[in-house]
Amino acid sequence: MIEALESLVLSLADDELLMGHRHAEWIGLGPILEEDIAFASIAQDETGHAQAYYQLLTDLGLSSPDEYAFKRQPNAFRSAHLVELPNFDYDYGLALMRHFLYDAAEQVRLEALRHSTYEPLAGLAERLLREEKYHWMHAYTWVQRLGRSTEEAHLRLQSALDQLFPYAWMLFEEMPYEPDMVEAGWIPPSSDLRNLWLAQITPWLREAGLVHTQPSESALLPLKGARHGLRSLYFDELYAEMTEVSASDPEAEW
Amino acid sequence: MKKSLDPRIRRAEPELWQLPQRPLEALEHWPTYEVFVLRTRGSHAQHVGSLHAPSPDIALLLAKEQYARRSPCVALWVVPTEAILWTSPEDEELFTPATDKSYREPQGYLHTRERLEKYRDRLKPTSA
Repeated sequence: MIEALESLVLSLADDELLMGHRHAEWIGLGPILEEDIAFASIAQDETGHAQAYYQLLTDLGLSSPDEYAFKRQPNAFRSAHLVELPNFDYDYGLALMRHFLYDAAEQVRLEALRHSTYEPLAGLAERLLREEKYHWMHAYTWVQRLGRSTEEAHLRLQSALDQLFPYAWMLFEEMPYEPDMVEAGWIPPSSDLRNLWLAQITPWLREAGLVHTQPSESALLPLKGARHGLRSLYFDELYAEMTEVSASDPEAEW
Repeated sequence: MKKSLDPRIRRAEPELWQLPQRPLEALEHWPTYEVFVLRTRGSHAQHVGSLHAPSPDIALLLAKEQYARRSPCVALWVVPTEAILWTSPEDEELFTPATDKSYREPQGYLHTRERLEKYRDRLKPTSA
């Protein structure tokens, strides 16, 4: 069962770790000072959430948070490809749309985890939801505002949605050992969570005049296997940068 | 979000934010909002600073990270700066008394008890 628990917790933690890092790449580049600070703060929250998830495994005698974050082989990661995607040419529309799709998924996952039969996870979910409430407000408020503002803003959000939607869909790829997790009452099936996620995002997208359609099989095919260790082509560069400092002195205490 | 029983109080209802938004003209800045923080339930709102935002709802969003991150907060207010009527610092003489009115300041009340006791003593009938 420990393999099943590690599979679940790493999926949650690795998403947070890499999303936090990608958001943090915006520090100093945000569209206005106030938003730069707010978004950087969200990035910092996500990284903290990753640490808290890893700690659940550490408490069971597995690796430490630092070992999970900085000393793993790429194929030991369980992150979705959505969070590995780079910021490309730093279009804030793309950053906001990823934040929106991702934090809607966070809402749904954490709400479900609150009722997890694995108590340490249920307790942590309860705690993280406090911060996530703000993330979700921040995300939908901007998407709704910008979606209904100028034609340029609307087009940029729509093209971001088109580009990201298959990736976001695959946040809910079935995890290894998922039947065991579901049977133990740790988390509902990923396909159920995906439906809840669609219900979470659809009213806000409609409000913003944005359209999403179910991704085709051919769009999803190259994204399959992320939860089983298959990394996107962006991972290596990202991980090299994330681990640059810790690799410079692996024995250092931080 | 719970509605306040006080009709003067308008609470943010994030799910229902439907405020009109006017697109900015070229080179136009967003307006500023003044931010107030309530440190504990029932405490008075303290002004903590200002920020730029395109609308009141986004002012609240941004205020949370600007001003409620490093110290306790149970609620935030935002007020459009232009809604505030203020006296000019050039008129500060309005607040400067022309004669000594230190008796109205807190230290003016410092010796009240002593004076009262002294007065009471004077009223006591002297034993013959």
